[in-house]
Amino acid sequence: MDEIDLAGQVLAGDRLALARTLSSVENGTTQGMQALNSLFPHTGKAHLVGLTGASGTGKSSLVNQLVLYYRKSAKLSRSKNDEPPLRVAIVAVDPTSPFTGGAILGDRIRMRDLAGDPGVFIRSMATRGALGGIAAATGAVVQVLDAAGFDLVLIETVGAGQSEVDIARLAHTTIVVEAPGLGDDIQAIKAGILEIADVLVVNKADLPGVENTERALRGSLGLARPAPKRVFHHGQLVSVPEQDEPHSPSGAAWVPPILRTIAIDGTGIPELADAIAAHRAHLEQTGGWQQRDRGRLQAELDLLLQNRLLTDFRSRLKDGTYEDVLAGVLERRISPFQAVDELVKRNR
Amino acid sequence: MSERKIRVLIATPGLDGHDRGAKVVARALRDAGMEVIYTGLRQTPEMIAEAALQEDVDAVGLSILSGAHMALVPRVLELLKANGQEHVRVFLGGIVPDEDVPLLLSMGVIGIYGPGTLSDTYVTDIRRAVMAAHA
Repeated sequence: MDEIDLAGQVLAGDRLALARTLSSVENGTTQGMQALNSLFPHTGKAHLVGLTGASGTGKSSLVNQLVLYYRKSAKLSRSKNDEPPLRVAIVAVDPTSPFTGGAILGDRIRMRDLAGDPGVFIRSMATRGALGGIAAATGAVVQVLDAAGFDLVLIETVGAGQSEVDIARLAHTTIVVEAPGLGDDIQAIKAGILEIADVLVVNKADLPGVENTERALRGSLGLARPAPKRVFHHGQLVSVPEQDEPHSPSGAAWVPPILRTIAIDGTGIPELADAIAAHRAHLEQTGGWQQRDRGRLQAELDLLLQNRLLTDFRSRLKDGTYEDVLAGVLERRISPFQAVDELVKRNR
Repeated sequence: MSERKIRVLIATPGLDGHDRGAKVVARALRDAGMEVIYTGLRQTPEMIAEAALQEDVDAVGLSILSGAHMALVPRVLELLKANGQEHVRVFLGGIVPDEDVPLLLSMGVIGIYGPGTLSDTYVTDIRRAVMAAHA
């Protein structure tokens, strides 16, 4: 299969071509990048929904129930009754071992009810060294699935603790999943993962302590919301465009709803689907959809530009210059800041 | 950056309720630097082939202790082929009587690894078979 064929087949709905394209893109091969270039004009239609939260809160089980619901209830997820159910892609990320580079990707275990449905595509991904809760190539994989015509792409992050917030940059709507018994209200007011939530879910709501968890979340929301949503990404502060920014025409801020679910029996799933749809509608009404798109693509562009400029810069340095300056830093003769000045000066 | 990771699907087809061996193999392959998609118990051949396709795996490991291997394995091979995934290498673990081994190998199964097999054995076999399939 040559690459033009590959992209064409993805657009035509060929699932094997799609699976292979996803691998090529994930592996960063030339073929993958070429396919992505051909597919990119077809992206921008899918609603990208992120799910994050600590290990064992039930993210995979929630994804299973949510997608089952989407596939069974066309009329509730779309405006018109006669439209077909949403086509849903799932990207499930699990961690790569920092020691061996291997990974066990186990999210499919909880998604067995989705097997055999041609309107669903599940892809597991390993983080391959990335620390933000998703892999470096997750954004590109999501773009391929978007181009392939899925209406909704659900991205499940690794079991995330407090700072794996890259998903907020990637998704239009971020769902943070909590469960009873995972910590007191100080956990809830710490910086990080709760701040990125557009929808908060307390899963395992049949367990004791659910009222306390919900109360702690509700309390923390009132304290944490006024801060503008910006995320440190690769050491840079990246804006996550928010609906309560000045040029939002309606001026109404989105208050993240707190929902109770029981993923094993599906309790609360229709309400979660409604909240996701409501957030999408809100983004569309307030211009937040375009703002998030812009924020995401700009961050991606900046990162690629950074990498390219660094490669170009180093290739233009005379042999030995870089090592020379680095040696100066190692010997503590110059600081890293002085080293950068030196490199730029010598490169002129 | 473009280093190719070997991706392996580990599944327990049929009605087996025992997945200790499958987990041991999954862990050993992980420690060998592979990405293991673990699907768990009670998978039908259709579910296994579908997962192998979506995940674009290089190999599929089936754990079978029920004695149903002569029904399940040909079906999985047939479905992989029907999906255009002839290149996917299939190996077995669990309990397979010696007299069935030659027939399974002739169908294209790359190896059958019963209890007590050293992990080095199947790690090397899988790596070699996957390299050969992509050569």
